[in-house]
Amino acid sequence: MTADIFLWLVQDGVTNGAIYALLALALLLVFAVTRVIFVPQGEFIAYAALSLGLLQSGQLPGTVYVLVSGGLLAAAFDIAQAIREKATGRIPRILAVYVLVPAAMAAVAWWAAPLKLDLWVQALIVVGLVTPLGPILYRIAYQPLASASVLVLFIISMAAHYMLMGLGLVLFGGEGVRSAAFSDAKFSIGVLDITAQSVWIVSASVIGMIGLWLFFERTLYGKALRATAINRVGARLVGIPAELSGSLSFLVAAFIGAVSGVLIAPIATIYYDTGLMIGLKGFIGAILGGMASYPLAVAGAVAVGLLESFSSFWASALKESIVFTIIIPVLVWRSLTSRHHVEDEEE
Amino acid sequence: MKRQLFATIATAGALLATTASAEITVGVSLGTTGPGSSLGIPYKNAFQLLPTTLGGQPARYIILDDESKPDNAAKNARKFVTEDKVDVIMGSNGVPSAAAMTAVAAESKTPMIALTPVPPLAPDRLHWTFVVPQTTELMMSAVVEHMKARGVKTVGYIGFSDTWGDLVYNAITSLAASGGFKVVTNERYGRADTSVTGQVLKVIASNPDAVVIGGSGSPAATPHVALIERGYKGPVYHNHGTVNLPFIQNGKKAVEGAIAPTGALIVAEELPDSFPTKAVSLDFTKRYEAQFGPGSRNAFAGYSHDGVALLQAAVPEALKKAKPGTPEFRIALRDALENVRDVIGTHGVYNMSAGNHNGLDERARVLVRVENGAWRLLK
Repeated sequence: MTADIFLWLVQDGVTNGAIYALLALALLLVFAVTRVIFVPQGEFIAYAALSLGLLQSGQLPGTVYVLVSGGLLAAAFDIAQAIREKATGRIPRILAVYVLVPAAMAAVAWWAAPLKLDLWVQALIVVGLVTPLGPILYRIAYQPLASASVLVLFIISMAAHYMLMGLGLVLFGGEGVRSAAFSDAKFSIGVLDITAQSVWIVSASVIGMIGLWLFFERTLYGKALRATAINRVGARLVGIPAELSGSLSFLVAAFIGAVSGVLIAPIATIYYDTGLMIGLKGFIGAILGGMASYPLAVAGAVAVGLLESFSSFWASALKESIVFTIIIPVLVWRSLTSRHHVEDEEE
Repeated sequence: MKRQLFATIATAGALLATTASAEITVGVSLGTTGPGSSLGIPYKNAFQLLPTTLGGQPARYIILDDESKPDNAAKNARKFVTEDKVDVIMGSNGVPSAAAMTAVAAESKTPMIALTPVPPLAPDRLHWTFVVPQTTELMMSAVVEHMKARGVKTVGYIGFSDTWGDLVYNAITSLAASGGFKVVTNERYGRADTSVTGQVLKVIASNPDAVVIGGSGSPAATPHVALIERGYKGPVYHNHGTVNLPFIQNGKKAVEGAIAPTGALIVAEELPDSFPTKAVSLDFTKRYEAQFGPGSRNAFAGYSHDGVALLQAAVPEALKKAKPGTPEFRIALRDALENVRDVIGTHGVYNMSAGNHNGLDERARVLVRVENGAWRLLK
């Protein structure tokens, strides 16, 4: 292996690792706040990338149907609950959040689709289409069983994953989509040609991480999420509603998924079922970081990216096996070194 | 939904068994969902355009989805032979799935029409299986001839990490001696991989005169695009699994100049009038594009067509010996399939024999090249 191949592989590994790192952050956030192992995270990526591809070809992405009908369903759940609790005053707010916002986004997409707007505008529309899916999914699938065990929540995740993936096949078809690049610019540093796209990905990841840090450190909502992650019962006692923190963490997760999808769309062909694989690698990154620490999760995800890149050079046929096998020694090591603590104090 | 479908089919089957015993039942398993769906859907589409009678008898096609999974394909095949008592099974669009179905065919003594190339079969399985697509060797031999003419000495290979990747790799390595070149890399990638940089760097590091890609459909564009991005200047060859529109849509400018072997139907208009399959290919592509949109033609739908064309030729012979729905008919149909002569399909001319259950020759392949965003005949 020569030095320039080494650098190429590092570049590839870091670019992919940056995407995995964003996902690892989202998975970790959702797990810490709601104890949900969020398998459908990958679907947000696929939905975003495929929606962007469709918008570029001037078609209305099928995401709008999922968004509007999911919003209606979530609103129906909430309104039924409000009526049961004789709190009809909540209804206008419910309608605004679950019906008005999705409908407005769908209308924007419908208006924008035939215009073939600038790629940046399309990317913003896609993020706006995919992000509300997070809270909607939380309201429909997870909130009714929010206090169930980790295993039950995981099974719900699998169900949600299969449902979203199946809908993806119906809405986007079996073909993959690769969207146009944001910029074709390349920078030469020594032997390396660094594409503008990979710079975008890495800087978006870094900005995302700083943004999340600021969110958790400086805002009331961020602090509420942190409080819930540290101690659910305590957070509830000081008046942080569990629904709010769940919904909020899913909103952030979906936002991260949508941004990752938009970032990866020009560098890879995305299929309706690609999301799971990308999500799983982010998950492995989070596990390498012990499912507890954000900086460690990021480091773990970048390590997964590098490992993947180098194993595809040395033993391409065994690439996935190598990437997924490292989870075993890491789990063994972690279970030997960490104190065994009770999973959840409420149960 | 699925169960309901089965129930309907079963009831219909029971009713029909008593009323119209001469009906010919064809069980088709295709991966219309899952990773192979981009091929499975056109395979299935073709059945909308196919004749509703076979040898003058009404034909019933039962099409089930195997989700591109070999175990589901085998399950579907078993359902066909035990519950539906089909006369012939067809499928699937994935090589591993089709291979799994051949086992059921041999076990139940039902003729099977494989719609993908299958790995070399044991004699008992081959006895019952007829393969519609060109063998990988036949197809790749066109590529090898072209490389030989260009004076290619070293070939880099990158293909799927599955049976298809193996088949293409084996085909080019077995032809390497006659082509006078060496295969210098054997890199693999997954259909849905988002990055193939590592593999492509290794291929480029070995500095081959040409690269052969063993992928199919749009995922075959991934390594091609990566090769161009890394500045590879040599010719890039593909195989017949790649020749469709989504490949170009995903590869865009980067796949300009890609060369692949294919059945003649892709470039039916450009063929000389003397080409034996021209009329059949042209008719089918016209009807297919009228139904599914301009530019939607693909090799896969043609395989469905040719599989049924083989049945069309064999069924009248079998009908002379036995009634559909009986074990005797299945044996007679198998024997008839083994003896079809000069059946003109969209891909080529079929002449089956006991030793050759594919029956295609050099007339079943042409080389095509991507020019200005479309597959064109390479003259």
